Amino acid sequence: MSETVILTLLTIITAATPLVFAAIGELITEKSGVLNLGVEGMMLVGAVSSFIVVSVTGVDVLGVLAGVLAGMLLSLVFSVLCLTLQASQVATGLALTLFGIGLSALAGQSMIGVAYEGLPKLSIPILSELPVVGQLLFSHDILVYVSFALVAAVAWFLYRTRAGLVLRAVGDSHDAAHALGYNVVAIRYLATVFGGACSGLAGAYLSMSYSPMWVENMTAGRGWIALALVVFASWRPWRLLFGAYLFGSISILQLHGQAIGLDVPSQLMSMLPYIATILVLVLISRDRGKIRRNAPACIGKAFHPTT
Amino acid sequence: MKLISPLRRSLLAGAVAMVSTLVALPLANAADPLKVGFVYVGPIGDHGWTYRHDQGRLAIEAEFGDAVETTYVESVSEGADAEGVIRKLAATGHDLIFTTSFGYMNPTLKVAKQFPDVKFEHATGYKRADNLATYSARFYEGRAVLGTIAGMMTKSNVIGYIASFPIPEVVRGINAFSIAMRKVNPDAEIKVVWVNTWYDPGKEGDAAKALIDQGADIITQHTDSPAPLQVAEARGVYGFGQASDMSQFAPKAQLTSIIDDWNPYYIERTRAAIEGTWSSIDTWTGIKDGMVGFPAYGESVPADVAAAADVVRDSIVDGSLHPFQGPIKNQAGEIVVAEGEVLSDGDMLGMDWYVEGVQGSLPK
Repeated sequence: MSETVILTLLTIITAATPLVFAAIGELITEKSGVLNLGVEGMMLVGAVSSFIVVSVTGVDVLGVLAGVLAGMLLSLVFSVLCLTLQASQVATGLALTLFGIGLSALAGQSMIGVAYEGLPKLSIPILSELPVVGQLLFSHDILVYVSFALVAAVAWFLYRTRAGLVLRAVGDSHDAAHALGYNVVAIRYLATVFGGACSGLAGAYLSMSYSPMWVENMTAGRGWIALALVVFASWRPWRLLFGAYLFGSISILQLHGQAIGLDVPSQLMSMLPYIATILVLVLISRDRGKIRRNAPACIGKAFHPTT
Repeated sequence: MKLISPLRRSLLAGAVAMVSTLVALPLANAADPLKVGFVYVGPIGDHGWTYRHDQGRLAIEAEFGDAVETTYVESVSEGADAEGVIRKLAATGHDLIFTTSFGYMNPTLKVAKQFPDVKFEHATGYKRADNLATYSARFYEGRAVLGTIAGMMTKSNVIGYIASFPIPEVVRGINAFSIAMRKVNPDAEIKVVWVNTWYDPGKEGDAAKALIDQGADIITQHTDSPAPLQVAEARGVYGFGQASDMSQFAPKAQLTSIIDDWNPYYIERTRAAIEGTWSSIDTWTGIKDGMVGFPAYGESVPADVAAAADVVRDSIVDGSLHPFQGPIKNQAGEIVVAEGEVLSDGDMLGMDWYVEGVQGSLPK
């Protein structure tokens, strides 16, 4: 039985990891005051790029890098349109998702039916030999460790560094940050491209580790869950990690529930992440102080230095 | 071959309705190639349902060469969008149009009435007209072969079944699998997990993991991606491919697969349209006519199991075995189909109950 519990927990970790990547990147983007709804599209382009590169070169690292790079490139397109040319962020983000779906399908045409054995598990010597804990904590592929490190790094960056303070200032009041002499547009460029890199990484994790293959539209809505997750976490990195694992647990445990024979409607379970997000929105809306503390006040607003 | 992408399609959507009323149907002349249109519910790259239909389209091109010209529109949602797409194909001179998902039934019928000179074929539906034929495959026959193999090879007597939506087509597959499995192994049981999607590799893989964690040593699926087989391969258990041969994803784990083979049907119907012998018919056929096929058995399948599976397959082909032939018991153990009787097509098409050997209750 304990073996079953461990295996279930391992499955939850793999289900949560892509959400962690995509959401933590979007969190930084949104904290700078930019709303990029193109997460799903960037994930798909990241997934197809990393799969193409890894199946052509056979080098795992190159595959991961290709995914990151592809996500960055797509977010750069978004940045040029929204930050330089002042296009609507919502419309551009949605367009980016649609574009990403089409582009990845086109690029991946020759990759359908190609097999790849997946990222190797990186067992940490000695530690991974420990009973229970060893299997649970110290025998994943490298990207799982990276996801935890990334959350810690983002939390430290946002709340313990001067650069993080500037980023938050830009997101909360771009006019004030501009008056202080910060280059609002440049900072938002960086934050958006970081978000793109993380979405690309999430895509790379999907096509290289979670289900190592390329099939069209393989993200199946995870980009939207990541967007909901940022709100659910009220823009806090550690809450985001918790939320990703909560959403991951719900989706995995409902499958187990069915296999055991519990009569819980699976459609209801599929809705839960979104219901939870709406609930959190309602809760934080009741307390205006809380919103001010965490939600970036300038989110989605265009900024031009001359106005 | 012309590709109309989903993006372009949505941009064109408004223009389509207008154009269709203005452009008269060009009269086909004998020297012109026959224009064949396909409407797909998913992307052609799904490696499953739509992929197999598109293979059929390519088979037509290979068979008839310059005598045909094919068009497809992929990822067409089963709502109001579909009618516009079908009408556009009809209005742009297509002579024969295949609409390949259940949800296209009413839009296809509507457009068929407006274009009496165009021939339509709708997959998996039941509404016909003089210029609208229907076709489907008896996939449950294939499931009976898989069930036989699973029943003989399972050691834990638990089979994991990853199911998409609780519609008769899927329930029929589960039941046919269970009946065949219990014939060779009365102790084996099926655990069903509903994933509420035809296509989400991550979720399908997770469902496979959950089922394996709960003791299943053979996984089978009525969803479209190879992810469950990949999981089976990684965990050292067995599984079956869906719609295509998926052995490249699981060389050890795939025991066999159900292959949807629309090619002969599409070729035959296109030939009938070219030769002027096309008529509106209803086709529901299976292994016998090659619409349901199997790749070679995996290397893990022992000779006696392969032989037993062959017997089931051949008996279905020669008619001596029907996958739903009595006695059939429901979950409560009551006989619902008496010895010597077989379930009618109508009963199979509306199936909404589990047979003995399936655990859990069917979501309504």
